[in-house]
Order: sequence, then structure tokens, then C-alpha cells
Amino acid sequence: MGARTEPKIIQYLLIFLALAFFSLFIVLPLVCVFHNALAKGWSIYLTTLQDKDAISAMKLTMITALVAVPLNLVFGVVASWAIAKFDFRGKNFLLTLIDLPLSVSPVIAGLIFILLFGAQGLLGPWLMAHNIKIVFAMPAVILVTIFVTFPIVARELIPIMKSQGNEEEEAAITLGASGWKTFWLVSVPNIRWGILYGIILCNARAMGEFGAVSVVSGHIRGLTNTLPLHVEILYNEYQSVAAFAAASILALLAIFTLIAKSIVETVIVRKSI
Amino acid sequence: MSGPFVRKSILPGFSLSLGFTIFYLSLIVLIPLSMLFLKTASLGFKEFLEVIMEPRTLAAYRLSFGTAFVSAGINAVFGFIVAWVLVRYSFPGKRIVDALVDFPLALPTAVAGIALTELYTPTGWVGQFLQSWGIKGAFSPFGITIALTFIGLPFVVRTIQPVLEDLDPQIEEAAASLGANRWQTLTGVIFPIIFPALLAGVTLALARAIGEYGSVIFIAGNMPMKTEIAPLLIMTKLEQYDYTGATAIAVGMLLISFLLLATANFFQWLTSKNLGKT
Repeated sequence: MGARTEPKIIQYLLIFLALAFFSLFIVLPLVCVFHNALAKGWSIYLTTLQDKDAISAMKLTMITALVAVPLNLVFGVVASWAIAKFDFRGKNFLLTLIDLPLSVSPVIAGLIFILLFGAQGLLGPWLMAHNIKIVFAMPAVILVTIFVTFPIVARELIPIMKSQGNEEEEAAITLGASGWKTFWLVSVPNIRWGILYGIILCNARAMGEFGAVSVVSGHIRGLTNTLPLHVEILYNEYQSVAAFAAASILALLAIFTLIAKSIVETVIVRKSI
Repeated sequence: MSGPFVRKSILPGFSLSLGFTIFYLSLIVLIPLSMLFLKTASLGFKEFLEVIMEPRTLAAYRLSFGTAFVSAGINAVFGFIVAWVLVRYSFPGKRIVDALVDFPLALPTAVAGIALTELYTPTGWVGQFLQSWGIKGAFSPFGITIALTFIGLPFVVRTIQPVLEDLDPQIEEAAASLGANRWQTLTGVIFPIIFPALLAGVTLALARAIGEYGSVIFIAGNMPMKTEIAPLLIMTKLEQYDYTGATAIAVGMLLISFLLLATANFFQWLTSKNLGKT
């Protein structure tokens, strides 16, 4: 027995405990989703997925992610340029503010947009007078999704950009390259895997957000239902197979996210050695 | 702090990038969040307290914070074991287990919610065993705790893991060569080093659990006074167009969470300070 190991029997016991806990809390729910989705066979599974409301929910989920992810990506790259490349006062305070959406309950995230744009909200009367609908319509669904996924890309990019230092950019500028050219040809290629990593995580959250979207969407079938909301409605109507079929699409997205994430992680670790 | 606002650099684009960052941050996060305080300010302190002190609100707070605490405690123990096993031992399928630790973060909460409910109802795979032992799985505080444990696990494991990986092997060897047995090394040397990380991870899990909605509402049962969590009560008030009540409950929740986080940060600061001294 070495100085850094436990007796074999304790090792096996701990591995058993960890795997038992892990199976109960992670593996079993995952198996349960697919088991219930396929409870009545493949053909029923595929039919429920082609339901009109299911398809429009998938569409809205995709549109939401297609708007939210690029916007937060641009923000993430710009914010990490300011924060990682420069030393300025109040930087830590700014970082805390950027992280805020992560520590706000999803329901509160939805609530603040109701308070801002709702009928009784601050801008409500003005919006109503101009016939602009934000709450209980697609704009609010997209806005809250941007809010809850706001820090994700920035949080991944800032440490990566910081760890690379400023030398390469300074060399490019000294040699006469313009700021934009330096940014596009030096900085962006250096963080491209970090960008991909951020997109993967941001997209997963954008497509899966439930609580915040649930507050502002109004649950209008075929119009403001995202896929997670569609799952809720079906489940509450005791349409178990259909609910789990829609849920299985989201579970597949989660598995795909984890696989893509670990591939990108391996690449980043290999590059940094 | 003194000196200029920004240290001189030959890199361009500082004002542009910082300006855009602050603009987008204000637009998406700060202005919407400030609505919470604007609304509360219009409320008056007495009215605010009235909503907060309603028996139904108090019961929801107690349930939310109580179940969040228990689940954070469970994750402190099992999260530590999972992180330890992943860093120190090798076993088949370790890479898959490591990747799947993030599953609760990647899986949409509504999916987690319906899957856990299905497992823990009296006829479910786990629920039927609990039933025979006289435990009510779904639609009880027990079920809520299960859902919150699921959600919190990655926060604890992912905060401890890097600290365990970076642990200097010489420290343990020194302890062993000075005559400490393995248990003494573990409790007297390793545990104090990872304690700040454990506390940080548990705090993150706790913060997430307090506000969690999607994975809980299906399994909770949502009976007022009994199994109604605070975020759901906010939702109920909103559905009744009681925006004032909803805001008051939300602000109360944020205040308690803020106090908890501040306490945890203080302990973390205290332990890391003590660690630095010895």
C-alpha cells in the first residue's frame, strides 16, 4: 500500500457507492425517458413527433436559439476582448454583473420581463398604444432566452483569452497590422475552439430553457410554445408517450451536447500543452 | 485604488469593446433586473412585509430553502465521493461517467422533471420500492429533494475535481512518512485543502436549487402550504395578475439567497485565510 492509496477493499467500496449514486440519479432518468417514449413502439413514437404542434414547437425552439446564440456570441467575444486584453478599474465588478443571470431563478428572470413589457408593466401602456406585442409572444420568449444564456459564451472565452496573453496581438500591431486585421487574423483563430465550446453550451441552454420561457410565453399552442413547454403540456394532459417522445428529442440534444463538449475539451487541452 | 482608469496598451478597441459590453449588459440584464427594485420601491415596506409574512409564502420559503439545504448536503457527501473516485481510481467506463456528470446541466429541466416524476410515482421503477417501505416518493418534499439533488450534483463535482487533481502528491507522502495513517492523512491533510472548494461547490448547488423550477414542479405535487415551492408561488401570483405579490416574493427570495451566499463567501474567506496561516 503506497502513501497515496487506500486499501483495495475501500477503493471498491467507494467506486461502488459513486456508481450506485450515479446510476440512480443520472442513468435511470435517462433510460426512463427513452423507455417511456418508445413504450408503444417506434411507429407511434415517430407519429407523435410529426404532430403539427410538436413541429411548430421545434421550429420556435430553433428560431429562439438561432437569434439568442449569435447575439450572445458577439457579446462574449467583444466582452472578453475588453476584459482579457485590458487592465481597468472595476473589472471584477463588471464580471460579477455579467454573471448575474446565472444566479437569478428562471421564474424571476421571466418576471422581470413581465414587469418591463407586460400590460401593467413600465412600457406596457406605450407598447399597447403602438400595437406592439412582446409579452406572451415570440419576442419575449427570445428575450428571456438571451437573458438566461447571457454569460455563457463570455465566461468560457475570458479565461482562454487571458491565458494567451497580449504578445501575439502586440506583435501584429507593431508590425503595422490594423486593429481589425489583428482581431480577425490573430485573436479569433486563437480562440476558435473556445468559441465553439461556448456555442455548444449556450445552444443547449437556449433550446432547453423552461422556467423563464414558461412565465412569458403564455403557452399558446402552435405559436409561443417551445419544445420544453410542449413537453409540459402533453405531460399534464396525461399524454405520456407523446410527452416523452418530445422529451427524447431534448435528451438526444443533451447527449449530443455532452459528446461535442468532451471532444472540444480534449482538443483545447491538447492545444494548451 | 489610484492611477488611471485603464492601463496604457498599444492594443486598440478598448473604448469600443467596453462600451458595447456595458450597453448590451444594461439592455439585457441591468434594466430588466432593476424593474424588480422599482416595483418593490413602489410597494412600501409594510405592504412588502405583509406579502412576505403570509403563511402560504412562509411555507413556500421554508420548503424551498429546506429541501435545497438537504439536497446540497447529500451532494456534498456523494459529490465528494464521485469526484474522488473520478480523480483517484481507474475503472471501466470512467470517461463516460466523467462526461455524464454534466448531464443535469445539459438536460432541459422539464425533461428531468417528467423523468424523475415517472421514476418516483408509486408505480414507478424506484417509487414502488419506496412505497413498500412506506415512503412517498413523488408529490412530497422527498421528491423535491430528489430533483434538487439531481440538479446540484455537477456543481459540487466540477468544483472539487480540479482541486483534487492539482493536489501535490508530496503533501500526502510527507504526512505518510511522518507516521500518519491513511485516515489521518485524509481528514487532517487532504480535507482541509479541498474544504473551500467543497463549500464553494455546495453554495453553487444551493443557489441553483433555491431558484429551480422546471425539474421540481412535476414531482412536487404543488399543494399550497405543503409542497408548493417559492418559484411556483411566484408563478401562481403572476397567473392571477398579482404582479406586486409576485415581485415581493421574488425580492424576499433574492434577499435570503444573497444572505446565504454572503455567509458562504465569508466562511470560504475565513478557511482560506486560516489555511494560508498554517
